[in-house]
Amino acid sequence: MLKMIVCIKQVPMVSELNWDPRTGTLKRDLAEGMMNPACHHALEAALRLKELHGGHITAITMGPPMAEEVLREALAIGADRCILLTDKRMAGADTFMTSFILARAIEKECPDFDIVLCGCHTSDSETAQVGPQLTEELKIPGAAYVEWLELKENVLRMKRLSDNFLETLEMDLPGLVTVTTSHYQPRYVPLAGLQDAYDKCDIITLDADDLKLKIAGIKDSPTRILKVYSPDSEKKNIEMKGPAKKIVEELLDKFGRKIGGEIQKDLKAYGQEQ
Amino acid sequence: MKQTAQDIWVFGDYRNYFQTRVTLQLLSRAGDLAVKTGSAVCAVVFGHNLDEYVKEYIAHGAHKVYVIEHSSLKKYSMENYVWLMERLAKEYKPDIILVGATSFGREFAPRLAKLLGTGLTADCVGLDINEQGILVQTAPAFGGNLLAEIITPERRPQMATVRPGTFQEIPHDYERKGQVIKIPLPKDLPKERLRLVHYQRKPHRGQRIEDAGVVVCGGRGMGGKNRFKKLFDLARLLGGEVGATRPVVYANWTDPELLVGQAGKHINPNVLFSFGVSGAIQHTAAIRDAGLIIAVNKNPNATMMKKADVAIVADANQLCMALIKELKKRIRS
Repeated sequence: MLKMIVCIKQVPMVSELNWDPRTGTLKRDLAEGMMNPACHHALEAALRLKELHGGHITAITMGPPMAEEVLREALAIGADRCILLTDKRMAGADTFMTSFILARAIEKECPDFDIVLCGCHTSDSETAQVGPQLTEELKIPGAAYVEWLELKENVLRMKRLSDNFLETLEMDLPGLVTVTTSHYQPRYVPLAGLQDAYDKCDIITLDADDLKLKIAGIKDSPTRILKVYSPDSEKKNIEMKGPAKKIVEELLDKFGRKIGGEIQKDLKAYGQEQ
Repeated sequence: MKQTAQDIWVFGDYRNYFQTRVTLQLLSRAGDLAVKTGSAVCAVVFGHNLDEYVKEYIAHGAHKVYVIEHSSLKKYSMENYVWLMERLAKEYKPDIILVGATSFGREFAPRLAKLLGTGLTADCVGLDINEQGILVQTAPAFGGNLLAEIITPERRPQMATVRPGTFQEIPHDYERKGQVIKIPLPKDLPKERLRLVHYQRKPHRGQRIEDAGVVVCGGRGMGGKNRFKKLFDLARLLGGEVGATRPVVYANWTDPELLVGQAGKHINPNVLFSFGVSGAIQHTAAIRDAGLIIAVNKNPNATMMKKADVAIVADANQLCMALIKELKKRIRS
């Protein structure tokens, strides 16, 4: 049976967030969460493999207790088993530590996996590093930014766009892929499924002790945030408001020469001829 | 005795050379950093028939170039290149490794950092050396409304990826001298588990957004897929190209290729129209070289409106339609 693991991250739904100025880390508990879009696509890719080949999907996330919500959502659309890694000692982990912890959890809970699927990047930090680093932690082959995949016997065939090259790749399993948001459009969450997902109580919660890890998320991370600040480059700008037609005329009268530069036409001429 | 500073390395990513000059841009920035640390700037390059690139790296400021050349390295191979770089970094112990944030680099760098047991900061928009001689890496943080200064205090090397277009290359000078260190391909290079079976350059259509004089950028405020399509009419009228923000790409309103931002294209048009864009740092960092910026947003307090020369408080879609109509009239006249 094809054993798949999908790594999911809960990300804030809004982009403006409180952060702790002392540690420079995000106050995640204050933000309303959703499943990171690329993770959602990775889960969809796993579901389609499961439809074709049968199989079993374990969804795994690391985060505060409320991250359980995205696991419930994963259960509702077809994941079979869910693991929540939550522990204050994991808080503040950078990508190096996150991939380390995820790998230890995978080795403990599902060491006989065939494929690990991750989103290619998250919408909140966008480093795109955890997937590739998890590849190395698990000592398996991996490919990032995969747009399409197909399984034939024990070989995964993949397509991706990499630096303007369309690549077709093959990988022996077990292996890891990070999936982009271009192809695997996620299915809707069925309401009934969501209800079931909350009724069923099969989310496995693990902390650092369960994984036999002596860690401190911030201290053990190789990177350190010195400070976080708001960039201040604001322009002294002209504000325009009112009826659209009036604004457009004013805009072209003022900047018509520049706006028409590419088509070599001074667009304010019309206004002046009137 | 004078203590020798450890070197600054730049990964020689040449696959799209001439289109992507990020390696040269990083050599230039590494040169600035090296003045402060007293280090040498080194390019590290793997592949086959590399003379042209080696020459180019030296002309753009590399003091040394490490080269591993072999016919079996002809194809860009993630596993081989990561393995070779790990081997070299462990042997020569550079202080800093900079990698261009191309698709390849964005996968290569985190894997390498993991194998070297060190930290990595993605998509730096600034790199500097502080009083302690540590690399201070400035990168967008938390959804892109903030910038963070990040360091790797203890582990070495210090590693960062940088998007193409973030730094300026220095003009080439073929009189410049550099040391070329040729290293034979190690015999124990493992067999690849990931195989590139086919690749072809993606045929791209006409003008590239990076070269466009006018860019019409649309965000979520356009309100829908069909409305977003109107931006193409506007761009066509002005001889420009269309760009998109991350939410638009996520919503599948348009091709991810059009993404303007840290994870997409950096642009420098003479005129940038920004319709319904809120202005996350990942986006604004990629448009900071734009000339005249005209932003349209219902919310006068959106970050993008503060970064614009002209801030138009209006519904993005309605203004787009009004502008198309007015332009058609004026162009015909």
